[in-house]
Amino acid sequence: MSERKIKVLLAKPGLDGHDVGAKVVVHALLRAGFDVVYTGLRQTPEAIVKAARDVDADVIGLSILSGSHIPLCRRLRDLMFDHGLHDKLWIVGGNIPETDRMVLRQLGYRGIFPTGSRTDDIVAFIRENVR
Amino acid sequence: MSTASSKIASSKIAPSKEASARPRSVHDGVRRVVNESGIEIKPLYTVEDIAAGAPPDLSRPGEPPFTRGIHALMYRHRPWTMRQYTGFANAADTNARFKYLIANGQTGLNVAFDLATQCGYDSDAAEAMGEVGRVGMAVDTLRDFEIAFDGIDLDAITVSLTVNGSAAILIAMYLAMAEKRGYDISRLRGTAQNDILKEFIGRGTWVFPVDPSVKLVADTIEYCAKVAPKYSPVSVCGYHIRESGATPAEEMGYAFSIAKAYTDAALARGLDIDEFAGRLSFNFNIFGNLFEQVAKFRAGRRRWAKIVVDEYGAKNPSSGWLRMIAGGGGFGLTIEQPENNIMRGAYYALIAALGGAQTMALCCYDEAYTIPTPKAQRLSLRTMQLLIEEIGLTDTADPLGGSYYVETLTNQMEEKIVEAMKWVDQQGGIVKAVAEGVIQARVSEYAYQRQRALENGTLRKVGVNCYVESEEEKPNVELHPYDEMGAIAQVESLRRIKAERDNAAVERALDAVRADAAAARNVMPALMQAVKTYATVGEMTRALIDIYGRFREPTQLWRQVA
Repeated sequence: MSERKIKVLLAKPGLDGHDVGAKVVVHALLRAGFDVVYTGLRQTPEAIVKAARDVDADVIGLSILSGSHIPLCRRLRDLMFDHGLHDKLWIVGGNIPETDRMVLRQLGYRGIFPTGSRTDDIVAFIRENVR
Repeated sequence: MSTASSKIASSKIAPSKEASARPRSVHDGVRRVVNESGIEIKPLYTVEDIAAGAPPDLSRPGEPPFTRGIHALMYRHRPWTMRQYTGFANAADTNARFKYLIANGQTGLNVAFDLATQCGYDSDAAEAMGEVGRVGMAVDTLRDFEIAFDGIDLDAITVSLTVNGSAAILIAMYLAMAEKRGYDISRLRGTAQNDILKEFIGRGTWVFPVDPSVKLVADTIEYCAKVAPKYSPVSVCGYHIRESGATPAEEMGYAFSIAKAYTDAALARGLDIDEFAGRLSFNFNIFGNLFEQVAKFRAGRRRWAKIVVDEYGAKNPSSGWLRMIAGGGGFGLTIEQPENNIMRGAYYALIAALGGAQTMALCCYDEAYTIPTPKAQRLSLRTMQLLIEEIGLTDTADPLGGSYYVETLTNQMEEKIVEAMKWVDQQGGIVKAVAEGVIQARVSEYAYQRQRALENGTLRKVGVNCYVESEEEKPNVELHPYDEMGAIAQVESLRRIKAERDNAAVERALDAVRADAAAARNVMPALMQAVKTYATVGEMTRALIDIYGRFREPTQLWRQVA
């Protein structure tokens, strides 16, 4: 039986238009053999949760560079719990100051990849952490 | 993949491929260097390189095709305008920061708006949650503009509005504000970014679908040509395309394809090329190899002048001026060892000065982390002032002109720019390429190659993949706090204005906006009326969405590239 490919939903929540990093990560994940769905810009938390359910994602990745990561990640955490996505791997990347990383971990985001992270590290983290 | 990787400047020590095929020369055994635009760089340039090419371009600064600069005396007459990108929280806080920068010698303003404003949402919209005043100043109504520019002489200090998706509305707001303060808008100078096509490629503050978005740009060009002819309604940005992954030559080529699309749309209104071409301006990036960027600017000036004169038949020489802000350099700055960004900023400023920019703005050293502190902004300003006051960059026009290397590279960059424009034409033109996502796919593919090159060390970056400090010191960067109370106050003030204004007049004005949009008329006169009733950015945007709809981002096509 062939193993199911790891499925990643990569989303850009909020109004932030910086998508270079998100698209670079999509390229890297596709080349690593993952199944990747990219939402495009300006997704509401509700739309992201719906997309994650629709595609049956193993990993929900968020990219936020505007500085709004805490309110957005908090809102998404609540919605993901409500919609049975609590057992998925949540990761977040972007312009995230060190002081905020602990807050995001406590919210349940296991992978945090601030600006300057290596794509290899993101790929390896997903491989190791998807159940 | 091979073409993209060959575009990345190689600094590996490797003998040149052809070394064994020809007699030994000074070129043998040295590392091969290919610049980002894909041009192989020789270890030495001589008069023979000039003689080998087309007849040399002997034009002087101020003479077509303006390779050496758009003005005869360039900075000897007047140094570049210094215009740091500024704006945060609300209009009052931003006004105070504007005055601080002006007091420190800044000569123009470059306004940053928050994402809600840029995307056409009011501060009380659900979409604006957590965004009000975060990355720029929040603007809901004309009142915010009245406060932001209070006490600033709009004749002495020109204002550039960095806004795109909601640009038509904010241009109307700026003109209405100036008019209310007694300025004659037929003589008012200023600039709006208002380059929506590049927003679909990078930056992402689009609102409407591609076609009506271009129509709105044409509306602003037409309206300004008639009513505010000194105002520059569009600043075409290669800048963000470069940030998104394009090479320097592609940055310039794609920007010209975009500028041509706006030009065509304006001509279709019956305008004469000389009525508006002189008010088009440009915005380019300055990170990367110094000589490649300088050659890019020189080649770009020459190519744009040829386009405007040869393709569009402009008669007025100034119609072919490539007036530009060259600045930023955001992608070149690093989160690692942030103080290095101070030196990078200085070299980037040198690039802009050697490139003949009319206006300069520098990303601050702490900008990879946060909204810059006043001190960081002052450092950027001082960087530019050092070039003017101490280093001699304003003494002579185009000081690199005549250099065997720079002249050769200028010719080669022009060829690469033309190639990039041809590629766009082969995709069916820039509007189609953007609507279908073809250009986004190409640019993001190169961004990935660039990232890989940074990770595997073939693209060298100090502090990132070489000279890395094992125990990275905690960066000494002060983070700009987000002002939750300020956001609440902004929403409060919006409520107050909505309660105080004549809401029947607002509704009538919004109906007029919808009617003109539906009839495919120029919406600027109706927007001018609407802003004067204190209609909000969100209300006016919704009125236009009622007719135009919203853009749906193509997110599929680029996956096929992988």
